[in-house]
Amino acid sequence: MRFHRAAAIVLRQYYLLRGSPARVLPLFAWVAVDIVLWGFITRYLNAVTASGFDFVPVLLGAVLLWDFFTRIMHGVSMAFLEDVWSHNFLNLFASPLSIRDYLAGLVVSSIATSSVGLLMMVVLASAFFGLSFFAYGLMLVPFLLVLFLFGIALGILCSAIVLRFGPAAEWLVWPVPALLSPFAAVFYPVSTLPHWMQQISKLLPPSYVFEGMRAIIAGGALRGYALLWGTGLSAVYILLASWFFSRIHRHAVRTGLLARYSAESVT
Amino acid sequence: MLAETTELKVLSATGLRRVYGVKVAVDGISFEVGQNEIVGLLGPNGAGKTTTINMVLGVLEPSSGTIRIEGVDIAANRVRALERTNFAAVYAPLPGNLTVQQNLRVFGLLYGVKDLTERIEALLDQFDLNKLRHARCGVLSSGEQTRAGLAKAMLNHPRLLLLDEPTASLDPATARDIRAKIREFVARDKVGVLWTTHNMYEVTDVCDRVLFMSHGKILLEGNPRTLPGEHGKETLEELFITVAREPLTLELG
Repeated sequence: MRFHRAAAIVLRQYYLLRGSPARVLPLFAWVAVDIVLWGFITRYLNAVTASGFDFVPVLLGAVLLWDFFTRIMHGVSMAFLEDVWSHNFLNLFASPLSIRDYLAGLVVSSIATSSVGLLMMVVLASAFFGLSFFAYGLMLVPFLLVLFLFGIALGILCSAIVLRFGPAAEWLVWPVPALLSPFAAVFYPVSTLPHWMQQISKLLPPSYVFEGMRAIIAGGALRGYALLWGTGLSAVYILLASWFFSRIHRHAVRTGLLARYSAESVT
Repeated sequence: MLAETTELKVLSATGLRRVYGVKVAVDGISFEVGQNEIVGLLGPNGAGKTTTINMVLGVLEPSSGTIRIEGVDIAANRVRALERTNFAAVYAPLPGNLTVQQNLRVFGLLYGVKDLTERIEALLDQFDLNKLRHARCGVLSSGEQTRAGLAKAMLNHPRLLLLDEPTASLDPATARDIRAKIREFVARDKVGVLWTTHNMYEVTDVCDRVLFMSHGKILLEGNPRTLPGEHGKETLEELFITVAREPLTLELG
């Protein structure tokens, strides 16, 4: 891998962000709205339930972690879509850029952009709604790691789908986190789900994060191997997504789709 | 002896064929481009010129045949082959949401250009883009965009330069200047150029050799200044029209 080539993709993204408030605002606006909305919901739930159960670390923490995952995934997809929107594939793929360099550039761009959102969420959630990350202890690190890795995998997968089906497939990218969230058991234990949904849930690394988070808050023991399994699963998904992207790129070169991308199909 | 000959060739395409379903876009063509040589790739619309260029650029896989850039097989080592190549084409403008300077920096990194800042400054001077360096490419006139695209194409001192109608949007005076700059660049850096255009004056002016394509095949090859006479035509344009409309008469004759 050549770092300067991955750096070119990151630099391009930086230039675009620097010159465009329309790109900067969504990095933190939606996550801020989410935190404020769920912050008040948790505050209300704490007030109306006399159980003494604190909803803040369970619900607001879950929203924060899920939004972090979403930002990571969208960060990769957005950086890729910039090339779709600016009709840049010919310039890019006729250069010595390898797929590995390109994907690395997309991932680093996503880390940079999603960090902005994470920072905003952490500040809002802790300053205004009293979310303390000490509640999760050191396990916060593997939680974020699993979500980060799975977000990367899903971002690469969605980019490959857009590469395969053309610019119109962009709409498939945005609702993916919402489609996964019921299975990922963000707000409720996996045991709440019907059996068939639980089977899907086992394949989704975020479900191990949210189960672990609830176990810690409830004062129970966190099953370390489950989180390890989630990390391993995410790593495998990254490899599979990267392989899939390479295959789709190869297919696009072989069929002529890359050279005629705006046509969406060469048949 | 064969190795020496190969070394002199910047581009060698052998038995290049591209089929889309039942349509044969490029039909088993072979050609070479040498160092310090400008080769014109001519032919009517749909002759297979852009398909050929796309295959050389590695964005389209040939159905069969091989492409070597300075001896490097693009199918086997795409990255190494493309490090020494660059291109400019009207259908591949630079991203319009970045400035000229930003685009040159991004593509300079992609091509691993050494002393990039100095190189960008030199190209901005050379292509008269200094005043436009902070302008987004999307707001440039088509002529300015062409100059920006050419500056990008020269960034990495390519050994092989592919130009698909590089002067199509330029006024005659600017087109003449650009041609002069490209010729100077070719002579100085011993570059090989594959140049497509429909401007026959331009072909006569800049090309050392031309390849006439029609229906995916190379029908004629030769010096653009002597080729018309060899086929009983007054001008290159007349020859072009014959190739486009009555290729069989040429093949037979």
